[in-house]
Amino acid sequence: MTQLFLEQALNGLQFGLMLFLLAAGLTLVFGIMDCINLAHGSLYMVGAYFVAAAAQAADSFWLGLGVGIAGTAVLGLLLELSLFRQLYRRDHLAQVLATFALILIANETVRLVWGPAPLLLNPPEALAGPVEIAGFFYPAYRLVIIAFGLAVAGLLYLLVAKSRVGMWVRAGASNREMTEALGINVRGLFTAVFVFGAALCALAGGLLGPLLAVQVGMGESVLILAFVVIIIGGIGSIRGALVGALIVGTVDTLGRALLPTLLRALLPADAASTLGPALASILIYLLMAGILFFKPQGLFPARA
Amino acid sequence: MPTRLTVLAAALMLAGSVHAADKVKVGFVSTLSGPGAGLGVDIRDGFNLAVKQLNGKLGGLPAEVLIADDQQSPDVAKQATDKLLKRDKVDFMTGVVFSNIMLAVGPAVFQNQTFYISANAGPSQYAGEQCNPFFFNVAWQNDNLHEAVGKVVQDKGFKNVMIVTPNYPGGKDAVSGFKRYYKGQTEEMYTKLGQLDYAAELAQIRAAKPDALFFFLPGGMGINFVKQFVASGLSQQTQLFAPGFSADEDVIKAVGAPMMGMFNSSHWAHDMDNAENKRFVAEFEKEYKRLPSLYASQGYDAALMMDAAVRDVKGNLDDKKALQKALEAKRFKSVRGDFKFNSNHYPVQNYYLRAIGKDAQGRVTNKTMGTIFTNHADAYAAQCKMK
Repeated sequence: MTQLFLEQALNGLQFGLMLFLLAAGLTLVFGIMDCINLAHGSLYMVGAYFVAAAAQAADSFWLGLGVGIAGTAVLGLLLELSLFRQLYRRDHLAQVLATFALILIANETVRLVWGPAPLLLNPPEALAGPVEIAGFFYPAYRLVIIAFGLAVAGLLYLLVAKSRVGMWVRAGASNREMTEALGINVRGLFTAVFVFGAALCALAGGLLGPLLAVQVGMGESVLILAFVVIIIGGIGSIRGALVGALIVGTVDTLGRALLPTLLRALLPADAASTLGPALASILIYLLMAGILFFKPQGLFPARA
Repeated sequence: MPTRLTVLAAALMLAGSVHAADKVKVGFVSTLSGPGAGLGVDIRDGFNLAVKQLNGKLGGLPAEVLIADDQQSPDVAKQATDKLLKRDKVDFMTGVVFSNIMLAVGPAVFQNQTFYISANAGPSQYAGEQCNPFFFNVAWQNDNLHEAVGKVVQDKGFKNVMIVTPNYPGGKDAVSGFKRYYKGQTEEMYTKLGQLDYAAELAQIRAAKPDALFFFLPGGMGINFVKQFVASGLSQQTQLFAPGFSADEDVIKAVGAPMMGMFNSSHWAHDMDNAENKRFVAEFEKEYKRLPSLYASQGYDAALMMDAAVRDVKGNLDDKKALQKALEAKRFKSVRGDFKFNSNHYPVQNYYLRAIGKDAQGRVTNKTMGTIFTNHADAYAAQCKMK
């Protein structure tokens, strides 16, 4: 029982931390620049492809991860300079249209370059098996993902809460005009935040690549979850993104693990097997609706 | 009276069209992108290889194969199928991999009186009460490969089996097929179709401690499941069983050595000893630089089946009754050896046990171990009242 509980808790943590990597960039772009970036998921996809391609070429996962992240950051920089600068002053509808177009362009480009079949990305040989700690088994690679996620969360905390740049970012999130009036180079700040968000996307894509699949359209499903996370957490808040991501990760994992068993005890087996998975997959949306009912601004609203 | 004249002219044209067609058009809608792409690509490549060997002809007529990708979405598949039926006026349809998609496109195809030669999806619905004169399955009924595994697991004396399958019609068929021959204790676990992360399921399996695990997860789902199963260390305590779908070349290529020792069932194997199969495997390897999977063999057989039927009716594709008879007669030599069609247009055939190991060249691949069922029919044929 402890094994099951601990394993599911770690699974929830691992999933939540990866969602956090995506949500952190998304919430900053949305919160500070007031820009809805639907193409955030595409950066995750492109990042994963860059990592997979580089890892194949270099025959080393870690080298590939580094190169892929750098490549995606450069792509993010080019996108920000060429397209997103034009979008900040426009209304949300224009942003949604333009970034939705980006999704389509990204998917088709990836299909043209790498073909329709998923790319194969394997974890480093040493991490392919399980680790055993006093009779408790857990996949080594998932532990590494958890370590990366915790490290990034810690780094972001230091950056946002303790550094001068982080102060600007928080100031920008709570009141953009006032921040500009104080003479802070908001333009440069926006670019830096966007590029940082892109790099986090690539990190998440590269780390999840060996667990999931590097394929066209992988960004869309995860984008929806990332939006759920930032809405639960409060738009513009890194702390909210972390808490929201961990809630969504845990609820989704536990829902999938426990609900079918629970329902089987209450309902006939046939109904339970149909209802269980269906209910598990809508659980996080029920959760979001519940939280928004009591806290319409999310758990940690950046603008008080 | 222009109207009456046009009607007359149209009637004459209709009457005049009862003659040999000048070419055969095949609509091929399959899953060619995303996690299920490996399956569709293999069916397509097998089909195309057969057409190539027949010098680009089916039944002596020039063949035109129109290929579309359904992206594993029933909606996309329906649109593509409608276009092929209405605008391209194809003579045959084939290609669909997944049963939920097959059930979505079936009605339009049957209403159009076009023959569907399924090279994969064999839903129980079309084998039983909803059987249709225009539907043929050249591969198997969905339950069959699972029934075969159920028999093996039962015979080997396992007592407590966990079943993992996606929550869709093919998955439901898998469970009922497996349980038809395995009588011990089971626990079923349904996952989302297309799910890629199985961490939550694997934790439950570890807690439940089954002595055997039967999983039916075609394509990318199976690749991820087996990889994660091995990474979690469960392979030391649980014996894996799967239908051939989850243990063929597409999965082996991605997972590699950790799959060795896994048992699976199939109606075909690349090491089967008959002249047709030897030629097929050799030419497939030469053409595509990889070993064919069971999907490829099914696509290949689908083309041979169309070829034989078109030749039988001498290219007269408008005589639907004659074409149906010709298809039912099955006058082609399948790469799996001899089989015949049941009254519900599904095969009655042998099923074999395969195990994954290294072959003479050191490749990790399937090896045929023995026969599980001989001349095995599906469980639904009795409910079918074929018109």
